[in-house]
Amino acid sequence: MKINDVILRTVVKGVVFIVLTLGVYLFFAGHNEPGGGFIGGLVLGSGIVLLYITFDIETVHRGMPFDFKKVAALGVLLATGSAIASLFFGAPFLKQADDYFEFPLLGETHLTTVTIFEAGVALTVIGTLVTIILSISEDE
Amino acid sequence: MNNIIVLPMIVPIITAILLVFLRDFIKLQRIISLMTMGFVIGVTALLLGLVQSGGIMKLDFSGWLPPYGILFVADSFALILVLTASIITAICLIYAFATIGERHERMFFYPFVLFLIAGVNGSFLTGDIFNLFVCFEVMLLASYVLVALGGEKVQLREALKYVLINVVASWMFLVALAFLYGTVKTLNMAHIAQRVAELGQDPILTTVSILFLIVFALKAGLLLFFWLPGSYSVPPTAVQALFAALLTKVGVYALFRTFTLMFPLNQEVTHLVIGIMAGLTIIAGCMGALAGKDVRTIATYNVIIAIGFILIGLATGTETGFAGSIYYLVHDMFAKALLFLLIGTMVYLTGEVIVKRMSGLIRNYPLFGWIYFIVMCALAGIPPLSGFIGKLLIGQGAIEGENFVLLALGFASSIIVLYSLLRILLASFFGETTISEDHQKPIPKLAMTAFSLLALCLIVLGVGAEAFAPFIEDAAKTLADPSIYIEAVLGNSE
Repeated sequence: MKINDVILRTVVKGVVFIVLTLGVYLFFAGHNEPGGGFIGGLVLGSGIVLLYITFDIETVHRGMPFDFKKVAALGVLLATGSAIASLFFGAPFLKQADDYFEFPLLGETHLTTVTIFEAGVALTVIGTLVTIILSISEDE
Repeated sequence: MNNIIVLPMIVPIITAILLVFLRDFIKLQRIISLMTMGFVIGVTALLLGLVQSGGIMKLDFSGWLPPYGILFVADSFALILVLTASIITAICLIYAFATIGERHERMFFYPFVLFLIAGVNGSFLTGDIFNLFVCFEVMLLASYVLVALGGEKVQLREALKYVLINVVASWMFLVALAFLYGTVKTLNMAHIAQRVAELGQDPILTTVSILFLIVFALKAGLLLFFWLPGSYSVPPTAVQALFAALLTKVGVYALFRTFTLMFPLNQEVTHLVIGIMAGLTIIAGCMGALAGKDVRTIATYNVIIAIGFILIGLATGTETGFAGSIYYLVHDMFAKALLFLLIGTMVYLTGEVIVKRMSGLIRNYPLFGWIYFIVMCALAGIPPLSGFIGKLLIGQGAIEGENFVLLALGFASSIIVLYSLLRILLASFFGETTISEDHQKPIPKLAMTAFSLLALCLIVLGVGAEAFAPFIEDAAKTLADPSIYIEAVLGNSE
């Protein structure tokens, strides 16, 4: 029996953009305000899970052909990579750096290496979350 | 700033992640994982040398000075254990190459072994008690996967028990941490030690320390070992050997750190409780080893006896006792890894687990039989081999500390250990052979290499005891006099 999910599909097409945008916003807000890689990752991951629930796995896979286990691994690699990068600059393990740069259009921008670490966290959370949900859904 | 201290933990993690991407290249996975362990062994040996000449080293993560940041501290005790654990992991990997099978190798076996050793090394090196909790969890999560990997019914049953008991223990660990933080307002182990010394170890702190004792006793299999025999006998042999050699020993390490560094002041209570628990553990372990009919059961109860025996050294509270415990700890890690590899191989060769159903193995596999003989002698504590010095020093410590009951129990347990292993030797290795030459399965060359390397370690550790003595003495000195550790961690910050 196929359920009629026109309303769900229509709503999700709009809502998923709001969810993903909020995820990205939370990720960047985390530097000085509540938010950060973990929460941003959770929101982004739940957006992806919402897509999987609404459309079937094959359709979403066509749009996003990622192996989410590898996304998680990439995330850990990014986080640990940013942690040991300080070793090559003669600074203590996990030391982070930051500075202000002038960009055309953007003006003065604060760039930090901790963002790379947070991006790793976010990818790990997304990868793990989606992998868990997909593994559960495979089990009929 | 000594970034080198973090390498024994971070390098296995990074290579483990790289191996996830190399899932289909099994040969490459083997080479990389072995090279990683080789690198860690080299770095740790180098560090051990540096610590002898320059004193305890520490690394404040991200440059946050104690007591505010988290840190790694490398003293001789931690480094000796990191070195031992890394060597054993490398050897178990060699055994796994030949025996674990492609199915495991494709399901991320090597990455999880590397995560396990990263957690173990991190637990030894950390100087922050909350970080110890985190490293414990890294190690445990990897071990959950390794217990269940393979997906046999019995594995899932034991894995469930193993996970539940450890989750409860971890919860208690967190509760104990909360109490401790509420009382002394710090999580840095050296700073805790300093504050406890200033406050005096009042009944509240002693209660908190007993809570830690329960947590680590669960992890180490000290008295609270009911979960251990089941979960240690279901995974593949290489994993069994890793577990028997490493996991409980991390709990033992944590007990030593807790009761020599942080809570050493109320020994009438804490050390008495540890002594009683150690004694009961030995008695219960001996009963299990004597009653067991299954080779795996006998081997797992031998792990429990050893835990009790090592903790006699802690209960004595003397420097000699500590030195004996460290010596015996290192010996026991090698010996138990080898014992479990041998027992697992016996089961593989004969297809039987009951002692009496195997016979005459030494005729089919002479070298294999003689290596079993070596590990038996080492575990019983027969002189030129590695168990002897440890037993002797723990005995001396018990006499100095006037713990005569524990002394008697400890040495009586050696006889039981010898008897339980001798029974396997007589029944399974001697006698008429039941396997004809045509049906005899060959032992893989790499597996024999692993056995020989471990046996060699046992012999070197025993014969070359004199060469290792300075390291052990330095480690015991730091345990007996925690002010050396505290000074090294907090010295230049205040």
